[in-house]
Amino acid sequence: MAEIKVKNIAKTFGGYKALSDINLTVADQEFVVLLGASGCGKTTLLRIIAGLESASEGEIWIGDRRVDHLPPKDRGIALVFQNYAIFPHLSVFENIGFGLRMKKLPETEIETRVKRTAEMMHIEQLLQRYSGEISGGQRQRVAVARALAMEPDVILMDEPLSNLDALLRLEMRAELKGILAQSKTTAIYVTHDQVEAMSLADRISVMNGGRIVQAAPPIDVYRNPANKFVAGFLGNPPMNFLPATKGEKGKWYVSEMPFDGPNTYLTNLEFAIRPEDCVLSAQGLRAMVQVIEPLGPHQLVTCNISGSMFRVILESDTALSIGQFIRLEPKKDRICWFDPTTGKSTS
Amino acid sequence: MIKENISILTPAQILQRHKIGRYLYRTLIIVLCAWVLLPLYLLFVNALSSSKAVNSFPKNFVPEFDFESLIFFSQFAGMTSALSNSIKVAVITMIMSIVIGAPAGYALSRFDFRGKSTFRLLILLTRAFPLPLLALPLAVLFIRTGLDDTIFGLALVHTTLALPFAVLITFSIFSGVPIELEEVAWTLGCNRLTGFTKVVLPLILPGIAASAIFAFVISWNEVFAAAVLTVENRTLTAFLLQNLDTSPLHLKFAGGFILVIPALIFIFAVRKYLFAMWGIANR
Repeated sequence: MAEIKVKNIAKTFGGYKALSDINLTVADQEFVVLLGASGCGKTTLLRIIAGLESASEGEIWIGDRRVDHLPPKDRGIALVFQNYAIFPHLSVFENIGFGLRMKKLPETEIETRVKRTAEMMHIEQLLQRYSGEISGGQRQRVAVARALAMEPDVILMDEPLSNLDALLRLEMRAELKGILAQSKTTAIYVTHDQVEAMSLADRISVMNGGRIVQAAPPIDVYRNPANKFVAGFLGNPPMNFLPATKGEKGKWYVSEMPFDGPNTYLTNLEFAIRPEDCVLSAQGLRAMVQVIEPLGPHQLVTCNISGSMFRVILESDTALSIGQFIRLEPKKDRICWFDPTTGKSTS
Repeated sequence: MIKENISILTPAQILQRHKIGRYLYRTLIIVLCAWVLLPLYLLFVNALSSSKAVNSFPKNFVPEFDFESLIFFSQFAGMTSALSNSIKVAVITMIMSIVIGAPAGYALSRFDFRGKSTFRLLILLTRAFPLPLLALPLAVLFIRTGLDDTIFGLALVHTTLALPFAVLITFSIFSGVPIELEEVAWTLGCNRLTGFTKVVLPLILPGIAASAIFAFVISWNEVFAAAVLTVENRTLTAFLLQNLDTSPLHLKFAGGFILVIPALIFIFAVRKYLFAMWGIANR
């Protein structure tokens, strides 16, 4: 049972600043996902917490202990790698029991713990096999079981599902969430997959350029992105942006339509709305239909509003034709506003 | 018009060219194989033939399986001590080159440091020094330090020769073990040393054995330094070089046979790892 505190962590590789000014507190039993594009520093941060990399500045606390001077084995963590890193010379049983043997636990204790975690991960029939004799999905299960068998304070996962095929990934995602909730372990999970992040996390930390740009519950990050990067990174398709100019009495004009907007000294803002937050209505923005993509439950329509691309998700039974003009009304409470120069959210 | 006729080939001509290319390719392979195998075959035939057959004409191309010269050889004075010297030197060379070479190979594969690629090149360059150039100053130095005519002194020289290969082979073996395996071991309660002994060592052991055997063969085959630096404690190669010069032909063949066979067997046993050394087959 442990809280993780990351204080002012910075990391430089030669002249390159990989991480700067990282502050993050993960509550006991919380599941935090570090989300970001490749190269944003999320894996480096995880490795610093694990002790596989040393920070150039800052402190790491796990529970009540400062751990950044401790080797990985003394930090009370367990790690799951993207490529699983199953020891090829040991059987599945010995892989799961490896850490327990290092702790010199009694044989009976090792056996019960290995059996219990193996059953939890549904691999109890594979215990005598070697890593070369099991599938990728099974290897993944072994890697998670090996981490869980340690009963660590903190479990760290570096893109653990990325090497699985799409269907298996979905299945493992749900299973992982259930198992981690059950084991009551604090978890930090690194991924570049926004859907994975949304579905797993209690809280998402979005990283960009070596900084944490927003840390909030998934739905907050989705609804109220802190800046344009987060707005564009989350959501598929991403948020729509349209230029807005200041009018009178706190009104902002977007493609000649007035909207209530934030009270600011700026004269230009960016108006943003998610594709699913628009409805067909006579009081909407005038849009020309350019591409229609039926996706089954709904259709994705790419439009042109005053020269800007605008994507919208509509009911699949809405009859549309290319070149047709429609009016799209954004839901008032879902509109976001961004400062066009800094990219930061204004409200 | 004429130009076109020259440059465009008919399908038959293209087929013809393919055939010629294939013939050339096959011929080259046969020539290369013969280059290596023919001398070995003749050695084999003559070593297993009686002295009469070896010296007669026309030559025999089928071995008689006559062990007369080999048996004579095994009873030759000084032969067994030379053989035991050879084995001793080779074993010491093997141990020293692994003990010194494997840590260097590990460092090359695991750490990034300034001048790493230059270092790799320099390791190979140590082989560029012709041994005759080194042998004389070495002999002088060895006599001064009292290392001359000792097993250990010779093993030192052989280690120098085997070390570049030991470093490069172990480098490629260590590179074949993903760093994540070690990292996971560290998080599971290992320090650097136990992580190495519990995870890396079991995985690389066959490769290390191969590298060791290669060092053994290098020492086994080396003749120049052995001939210059030893007088009483000659190794087999130096001993044979000294004695075969004046021996009859059939004994020369038998001596060659004794030298070649162990080296051949060893190299054959570790061939898979020697390919890996050059990065051709990374298991």
